[in-house]
Amino acid sequence: MTERIVIVGGGTGGTVLTNRLTDELAHEIDAGDVEVTLVNDTPEQTYKPAFLYVAFGKKTMHEARRPLSDLVDLRHANLLVDRVTGIDTESKHLTLAKDDGGLDYDHLVLAMGANLDPDEVPGLKEGGHHFYGPNGAEKLRDALAGFTEGHVVLSVIGVPHMCPAAPVEFVLMADAWFRERGIRDQVEITYTYPIMRAHGIQSIADWATELFDERDINLETFFNAEEIDPEANVVKTMEGTELDYDLLVAIPPHTGSELVSDAGLGDDGWVEVDKNTLEAKNADDVYAIGDVADLPTSKAGSVAHYAAGTVAARLASRVRGLVPTETYDGKTICFIESGMDEATFVEFGYGDEPVVREPSQLLHWSKLAYNESYWLTARGLI
Amino acid sequence: MSESIQPDVTVDSRGATCPGPLMDLIGKVKKLEPGTVVELLTTDSSSSHDVPEWVDKAGHETLDVVEHEDEGYWSVFIETTK
Ligand SMILES: Cc1cc2nc3c(=O)[nH]c(=O)nc-3n(C[C@H](O)[C@H](O)[C@H](O)COP(=O)(O)OP(=O)(O)OC[C@H]3O[C@@H](n4cnc5c(N)ncnc54)[C@H](O)[C@@H]3O)c2cc1C
Repeated sequence: MTERIVIVGGGTGGTVLTNRLTDELAHEIDAGDVEVTLVNDTPEQTYKPAFLYVAFGKKTMHEARRPLSDLVDLRHANLLVDRVTGIDTESKHLTLAKDDGGLDYDHLVLAMGANLDPDEVPGLKEGGHHFYGPNGAEKLRDALAGFTEGHVVLSVIGVPHMCPAAPVEFVLMADAWFRERGIRDQVEITYTYPIMRAHGIQSIADWATELFDERDINLETFFNAEEIDPEANVVKTMEGTELDYDLLVAIPPHTGSELVSDAGLGDDGWVEVDKNTLEAKNADDVYAIGDVADLPTSKAGSVAHYAAGTVAARLASRVRGLVPTETYDGKTICFIESGMDEATFVEFGYGDEPVVREPSQLLHWSKLAYNESYWLTARGLI
Repeated sequence: MSESIQPDVTVDSRGATCPGPLMDLIGKVKKLEPGTVVELLTTDSSSSHDVPEWVDKAGHETLDVVEHEDEGYWSVFIETTK
């Protein structure tokens, strides 16, 4: 009997996993004992970290996309371009948007990422920009290019949100970018964050607060935007404060996938998983990796990548009839831009307090080099 | 007293590093109806005072903070008011 492994979502987690599996199980796949299918709703993958650079005109959306057929080994994996519209974990069946027959699985891995939900905050769509999606990043690039004076407000609204470092990076890059353009003295920059400090992690918060001070970036804490008045250009918060802006850049509210809540796999669309084995708590033979998993760490590409490695090893053991022993310890790595030509780097696991290294030009080039070589990572080569 | 508090929703942030237990709680609270009792489980000792501080600012109510000393975590019970 063939063991059918189905992976939903061909982003960072889904492609790394597909490639790890086809590498590890090539022999079993050739013998017809295992079948690996990757389902994605578009024929190409979009590399989201590029959006930050698109906003400053340093990258184009064209550079951020690659056909999935170039990223996975089509001799050993099936690539299905279709949208999964339903998950039945009892009968182990997926319904699809295009293919009426759907898809059966023996082992299912969910890697659908996170979605943006700007409608959650009234006025946000009309009054705010963002760099968390391809269209948003391109529109923000145009708005920034034409912005010569006034108040730029970066407000972290979405909790949780992808890449907890990106909002800090955005204001530090904006500061350097306006300086380069010789108009920094005409631009006020404010960064707002939901809790009592500049970042969820104390050491990053301390580091960012010092830099904000040095670079004349205002910091507003305990700031949870509840409503935007796009006519008056005002942000109103849950805490009862108001802030005027000329250009609002929001980290929009995020949601998981409706498929997840409909299938009873987790509230708010995030799959409830065991944080070490990545197995779904509410169904058998279902795993979740990357942003769609309700893990107590960042929604970051590095998390999707390392979790994919763990699930690949566990699945390989399962199909070989062995007891899976590989676990994920929460390893997360983030490069953080601290301007236009320097960056820092943090690494941590579950429960660790990371140390922020001294920013350097070398780390900035490392982040850019990683962005360039990302496609090799997705292909499972590095 | 806390033995008698029955949470409607539990947010398990034990072991959470980034972006942390309070952020997990805020994300949840934003989606809840008024009058919902939430239990936040956290291994981060600073949450036991950080969380009540935010809850107060945002106009919700902290019901109790209980330390589970042997297991090394805290339960913070709050009730949403809006
Ligand atoms: C601006 C920005 C900057 C970032 N910077 C960094 C960074 O510097 N470092 C870092 O580590 N991370 C960064 N991230 C986060 C990183 O991009 C994500 O954490 C990562 O992409 C998550 O991978 P994933 O596989 O879980 O999901 P994704 O890469 O989002 O992929 C999900 C895939 O699933 C598909 N899909 C969804 N639903 C369905 C369905 N029903 N049927 C079929 N297919 C479906 C989608 O089309 C998509 O291809 C950044 C994110 C943003 C937005």
